[in-house]
Order: sequence, then C-alpha cells, then structure tokens
Amino acid sequence: MAVHLALALGRPLLLEGAAGVGKTEVARVLAAVLNTQLIRLQCYEGLDAAQAIYEWNYQRQLLAIRAAAEDGETGRAVESRIFSEEFLLERPLLKAIRQETPPVLLIDEIDRADEEFEAYLLEVLSEFQISVPELGTISATSRPVVILTANGTRDLSDALRRRCLYAHADYPDPAAELAILQVRCAGIEDRLARQIIGFVQALRKEDLEKIPGIAETLDFAAALMGLGVADLTHDPHQLQAALAALLKTQSDRANITTEVAQRLAGRAA
Amino acid sequence: MSRVTRFAARDPGPAARMAGFMAHLRANGLRLGASETQAALEALTCVDAWNADDCCRALKAVCAGSADDAARFGDLFDSFWRNGGRVSSKAVPVPSPDMSSVHSSRETKGEDRSSGGKASAPDGGGGAAETGGEGKLAAVATRNLMKQDLRDLVQKEDIAAAETVARRLGAALRDRRARRRKASRKGRGLHLRKVIRSSLPTGGEPLRLYRKTRPDRPVKIVAICDVSGSMTLYARVFLAFLAGLMRADPASDAYLFHTRLVRITDALRDKDALRALGRLSVMAEGFGGGSKIGASLDHFSRSYARRFVDGRTAVLILSDGYDTDPPELLGAALARLRKRGCRIIWLNPMKGWAGYEPIARGMAAALPHLDLFSAANRLEDLAALEPELARL
Repeated sequence: MAVHLALALGRPLLLEGAAGVGKTEVARVLAAVLNTQLIRLQCYEGLDAAQAIYEWNYQRQLLAIRAAAEDGETGRAVESRIFSEEFLLERPLLKAIRQETPPVLLIDEIDRADEEFEAYLLEVLSEFQISVPELGTISATSRPVVILTANGTRDLSDALRRRCLYAHADYPDPAAELAILQVRCAGIEDRLARQIIGFVQALRKEDLEKIPGIAETLDFAAALMGLGVADLTHDPHQLQAALAALLKTQSDRANITTEVAQRLAGRAA
Repeated sequence: MSRVTRFAARDPGPAARMAGFMAHLRANGLRLGASETQAALEALTCVDAWNADDCCRALKAVCAGSADDAARFGDLFDSFWRNGGRVSSKAVPVPSPDMSSVHSSRETKGEDRSSGGKASAPDGGGGAAETGGEGKLAAVATRNLMKQDLRDLVQKEDIAAAETVARRLGAALRDRRARRRKASRKGRGLHLRKVIRSSLPTGGEPLRLYRKTRPDRPVKIVAICDVSGSMTLYARVFLAFLAGLMRADPASDAYLFHTRLVRITDALRDKDALRALGRLSVMAEGFGGGSKIGASLDHFSRSYARRFVDGRTAVLILSDGYDTDPPELLGAALARLRKRGCRIIWLNPMKGWAGYEPIARGMAAALPHLDLFSAANRLEDLAALEPELARL
C-alpha cells in the first residue's frame, strides 16, 4: 500500500524495520517491475556531498589546464571550459535526477549517514534539484522513485520523516514467508519448506540476540538442501550444522542446543 | 467491522473531516502539519475510498512517522472513523486548526502510547462534548487529570544547577584510554610519518615538525531514573539532573521507569526547560506508582540498549532497588546489559542512610554487575561523585 502511494503521489518512501526483512529488496523488485534502472546510494558514516552528489574530475581538469597553457588559451576560456559538464563526475543523486526515464533511487541505510548529510538530502528530496555553484542549478529531467531504508542505528530527524511516506516492515507471517521461500528456492519440497518456515518462526520467538531475517531463512533452506536433508527431525547433527546459516552470535549458538533445536523442529514438523 | 462514525449532516465535507482527523492524531502525539492533511487527501484519491482498510493503510503511510506511530495508528483510526472513541459529534471546521494545535501537540508529544485513541474508550459523555469536533478522546482528558505535574516538583533554578553538575560529571566520565594517536597541533609525541613525508620536498631534512596526541574519547551517558512511589522524595533532584544532563550533553540519553520504561530524551531536549518537564509529566503517567525494575531494565537491555549502548557508554541507574519483580530478572537484565561492554553505575538514595545494607533482594541481585554503587540524594551528592567517576 505504501509503495503504491509513493508511486501515485511521487513522494519518497521511508522503509524501516529490523535487518534482513527485505527492505532493500523492495527497491530492487520495484525497479524490475517498473522496468527501469536502480540507482543505489549506500550510506555510511562520513558520506559527503562529493561521494553522493557530484565531484569535479580534478585529474582531467589539471591535464586540460596544462594542455591549454601550451596552446596559449586565455585564462577565462580555460576556466569556463574546465567547469563544464564534461568534467563533472556524476554521483548517484545527480545521476538519478538526470535520467531520461524515472529510475528507482535507493538510499540505503540512511541512518548510517551523518545528520548533515540528512539535511542536505532534504533539499534534493523535496525540490528534486541540485545546485552546483560553478554551473548553476540542475533540475530533475525525471522524478525518480525514491526509497530510503533505515534500521534504527540512530533516530532520524522529524524533518526527514515528514517529507516521506512511512512504512514499517516487520518479519513476515508464515504464509508470506513460505511463499517467498517457494519462489526463491524453486526446487524445494513442499513438506521441507513448511518445516523450515515453522522452525524459523519458532526460532524468532526464542531469546536471541540477533533474530534471523528472511535472507537467513533462504540461506538455511539452501544449506539444508545442500546437505541433502529431507526432514528436519531426522538428523540432529546436520540440523545443528545448518544452523550456522541462522544463528550469527556465539551466545545464540550456545542457547540453541541440539535439544532445543530438536524440540523446535519437532513442533514444526 | 465496527460501525462507521456518523457525522452530523451539515458537516462541510471530507476536507474538514480530514482536518478533524489530523487534529485527533495531533492530540495523540503524532507530529503533523497542514501539508500532511493535503497529502492525506491526495492519498485518498489514489485508493479505493470505499474500502476502509485500504484507507487506513493509506493514511498510515502518510501520517505515521515511526514504528511506534505505525503500531498505534490502527487504534487511532478506529477511534475516529469507526465510532470507537466518540459518538457522532460534528466535524467543525476549526478556523485555523493548525496554528492553534501545533502548540498543544508539542506539549502532548510522546503521549503515553497506551492512552492513545482506543476503541474501548468510553462512549459519549463529557469528553466528546467538551472537545467538540477535534475527536480528542474522553480517555485522554481524564487521565491527564490524574497525573502529577512534575513542574510542581522541579524549579527552574534546579535545572540550571543540575546542568552544571551534569556537565562536570560528563567531563569526569570521559574515557582517556585511547591507544591510537591522532595528528594534532599540540601534542606530546612527534608524528613521524607526517614529519618524514613533509621532509621530502626539503631533501630529507625534517624542517617542519608535526605532533600527535591521544584523542579524547567521550563517553555517552545513559540515565535511567526510577519514579516509583518509594522514590517520590528524590524525584525532584533526579529529574532536574536528567533535564540538566540532556541539555548539557547532546549525546546522552534518558529514560524513566515505574512499571514501564519510557524514553524521555526527546521530550527533555525541548529548548524551554519548563515545557520539557510539562511534556514529561504527560509521559510519566503512573508516576509515584509501583516499581518493576527488573522488567523495565530487561526491556531496556533488549530494545534501546541495542541501539544506544556500546562499549563507550556509562549507564546511570537512579533507583532505590525496591522491586516487585523477582530479583533474578534484574540480575539477568544487568548481566545482559553488561555484555554490551558498558559501565553500570547505580546511584541509590537510600545508601546515604546510616546503617543501610543493600538487603533489598533486587539490590542484592544487582550488586555483582555494578561498576560503582554509590549514594546520591541531593544534587551536591551527585556533584561529589565526580572524582569517583573519573577513576572508573
């Protein structure tokens, strides 16, 4: 619903949720469905405008100045030439608004970026234009579909939240997860798929430090298929080995002992 | 599906009703402005407006701004549109609803989420009549009356004094154990790498000397304050301290608990100190009631701690340790918190009493997990902690 509205209203969509519930996948699938390009900006601490929006190609500029000096070009002519689009390196945000067809712009893990960057993003998201001091303002030729994802590394500002539509992605219910599993692991047996989903859903209710997401479920299924397991309850050792795909901390491994895993598997079967 | 609210026949139309709904959301702590009303109406044109569930989901995408909001939205929607919280009162087009209610929405921001619109709120009665068409629930209004106003407890001067104390405590807690050095203007050691690199243009003669120093590693302070009945006496000092801390140190974080845990950081950061306390009063429903230290800390260590507590954090717990939960829960919660690498400091007002022994079962269970267990019941006591904190 939120995605539908984001498309209809042309507003950015902020997706929040725990790690591994498929936030990034939404953008990827959306790009595939709309049959358009996906432009991805991965945020990290210290991300700055030069990495996200545009940068001058300094090396080429230097070379051009050298060449110009030998040809005896005047300073003013050189200046206007080296600050032209020819020497502009497009970074994701600039690239996104200069496409012919509206692309899907994925701004991933926005909460990892600094607050300053978030503030800069506000201008881009509300006006869809970027000002380059030497060139002037570049407005969007097409309005990209913007998807932002966050998983709560820090609180986002109210200003950003206000400009976006909001959707909270939770772990999927069993039916939805089963459908995902069947689509992504095409060769899986129906009975095993049901067992896996039952097992993972029960596991999420256990006292874990890192709750497994959907990606982990898929890995787990692939691991079981690779090990040739047809039934979760048959071989405790192989199940325990396959758990490596689901449990990612030492204390979680210690908590889910063979007995616990068997109990969960028994209930799922 | 429940009945749909019947609006008075001479209602001006959907736009006014939507404005009424926005006012209802604002009254329940969502931060919305005029542009959201517009966006909401636009959104409704994009979906099947006869389908109530679709409408609910569409409005949720527009209006909710955080996971909490999203979780409460269903109830709020029901209470306004589906006849949950009020009987058919008119949707009055309030002349300038946005200007007048922006203020009030700030005051009630972060309203305790369980008191948000609930379908089970009593129908009719005074609440709906009083609040006219704004759809404010009767339940909200009456609970406000039951709350104790913290502004009576804390004076402005207290906050100013607490601010200085908090600032000094923060400085004392600064971790100076950084091993790596950083280039800097002044410093003890020479930054050899830089010196040699810069000597290249002078033919290997190190003419310019660069220095390096050990950077300060600031420690975040997370303060968790107990405001249960047994702590009422000390609440004044501690709340002033929290308010001061929040204002002195932008990286710090504050929580209140009695039977539940509430994050109050954002409320306390309000520029106006007294208004901050006003907002706090709204959140501290149940102030002076029972205490569930174990459950609250357990909740903290599982939820907020994951985001806000790391190896460079000091967790300050301000509580007397009288717990109605089993002590094992408290011990386990602290152990889990401890695993995140933080330092835990418990300030207990009772410890200042002559002959006090930490025999409250909760306190006894907590002791092995603490880095510092100390007395504090006045602001001066908190200030006196400085050297001890510096030692940690």
